[in-house]
Amino acid sequence: MIPVVPKKKVGDADNINAPPLSARIRPYLIVAPALIITIGIMIPFAMAIYYSLTSYSFRLPDYSFVGLRNWIRMFQAPEFWRAVWVTLRYASFSTGIEMLLGLGIALLLGNLNNRFSRIMRVALIFPLMVAPVIATIIWQLMLNSSVGIVEKFLNVFGVYNFPWAASHSTAMMTAVMIDVWVNCPFIIVLILAGLQSLPKSPFESAKIDGGSAWFNFRKLTLPMLKPYIYIALLFRLMAALQEFSIIFALTKGGPGDTLMNISITAYNTGFQFNKFGASLPYILFLWVVIYILAKQIAQRWQAAQRQASGKSIDERGEAG
Amino acid sequence: MRSKKRLLAICQNGLLAVYSVFALFPLIWMVLLTFKSDAQMFDTAFVFTPTLENYKAVLLRTDYLRYFCDSVIVSFGAVLISILAGVPAAYALARYDFKKKENVAFQILSFKFAPEILVVLPLFMIYQKIGLYDTYLGLIWVYQLITMPLLIWVVRGYFEDISVEIEHAAQVDGYFWWQIFLKTLVPLIKPGLVSSALLAFIFAWNSFTFPLQLAGIKVEPVTVAALKYLASDTVHYGQMAVAATISALPAIIFALLIQKHLVRGLSFGAVKG
Repeated sequence: MIPVVPKKKVGDADNINAPPLSARIRPYLIVAPALIITIGIMIPFAMAIYYSLTSYSFRLPDYSFVGLRNWIRMFQAPEFWRAVWVTLRYASFSTGIEMLLGLGIALLLGNLNNRFSRIMRVALIFPLMVAPVIATIIWQLMLNSSVGIVEKFLNVFGVYNFPWAASHSTAMMTAVMIDVWVNCPFIIVLILAGLQSLPKSPFESAKIDGGSAWFNFRKLTLPMLKPYIYIALLFRLMAALQEFSIIFALTKGGPGDTLMNISITAYNTGFQFNKFGASLPYILFLWVVIYILAKQIAQRWQAAQRQASGKSIDERGEAG
Repeated sequence: MRSKKRLLAICQNGLLAVYSVFALFPLIWMVLLTFKSDAQMFDTAFVFTPTLENYKAVLLRTDYLRYFCDSVIVSFGAVLISILAGVPAAYALARYDFKKKENVAFQILSFKFAPEILVVLPLFMIYQKIGLYDTYLGLIWVYQLITMPLLIWVVRGYFEDISVEIEHAAQVDGYFWWQIFLKTLVPLIKPGLVSSALLAFIFAWNSFTFPLQLAGIKVEPVTVAALKYLASDTVHYGQMAVAATISALPAIIFALLIQKHLVRGLSFGAVKG
């Protein structure tokens, strides 16, 4: 008979000798508490799907199974499409401005190496650490028409009582401005870390070739920054699509339905109008969109990272 | 050529200065307001007689200190549980090669991207049924969605940076696996662990959507309470500014402490920085 040799997996931390059963299940045991704690809190997700098919309300004791009625009604409701439009506008404006501004400021900080820029590298992070709700309160103090400093500043130019969050036409701009104030530092910090990790040799050879600054930026800096840009985009876009705190603290979605994005609409339907079952399709729809988008961006990030690391290794090799 | 270079430098510094004013002036303005009396609020900008009246009013005559304590208890509790359960999980995800490992890791990360309202709506119902509504434990538990993914992903990265050889050496010395973990590994990841714990604390501290619906009567963190100062009939702008300042302070101090590790924490370990 041929002796049966147990297959060994090589490379594990303590699998030098044959792993007994206890060692094989150990990783699962170690991960278990964290998973139980978080999955316990994820039960609501499963429940959300079920209750989206019912007429459940916080006020009434009984409810009935209504099939896809809540879903069909949502897709027929003009306020749903309105909410989708507001969500898309808010997310693209805030993320777009943050990415461009963040990239610009990070490049400035990376380029300037004086005392001012070194202090700002630290100080510019402060807004990011302020809770969005608190940030909104600060901006309301700034923009307030009786005590706000911005009002006093605008008065100098003959502008009085600029409406900010109170008007249809400027509410979105105001909310996006607060979002940019809070979150732009996030992009700055990430891109700056990216800039500092760039290999030096390609830039040195570009200097010898005499390429213009713009050419260097487009052909060297930007491609190598790609992984950092994708990560920044992933975190910001996913958060902006579901933004709740800033809009809630600013106007609760108003004036009218100007700032009613999907999160706010779902919240209002569920808690203000007590239509719990009807509120869930909104937020489940948003979840699916976010999930798909996050996966797409994450894949691009991984591809960009592989490409960037491959490139920089080649170039380091040439230099050495 | 030289003057052109200087002009460029001036422009760059100027642009940076403009953004710095946008980013930092609101914070300075907020702090200024805290020292202004209600009477001086309306007609003065920068020149006024400072007073501590607003601080006295908020800290002594309202429940602000209680809200502050609630925030401390809930955020601290959430981070503590995340450390106890998350650090071993991070270790397992970094070192062991087990089936579905990447799935588990991504599952944990996906909590980060789940819309908070989606959790809040059903949880509001469950919490009322099982008695966790408006309790410390209830908030600490739901805050795990904020603190746990951060801690696991960041700490996992720090574990991966440690050479396996160190563990092998400790094994040869006859240590048990948990001794290796506590005596050789934990000291090595300590800076990373402390900084990610502080960042998780900041995120928990700043959380608003969860406490807004799942608490608010007996347990009320500062983020939710601060809105009250905004909504009250007699608006005391100075007191509002005090409420905002005190609630922003811990986060900003912690951020200064963890500067070096901030990028890694903010990107969940995706950017090593």
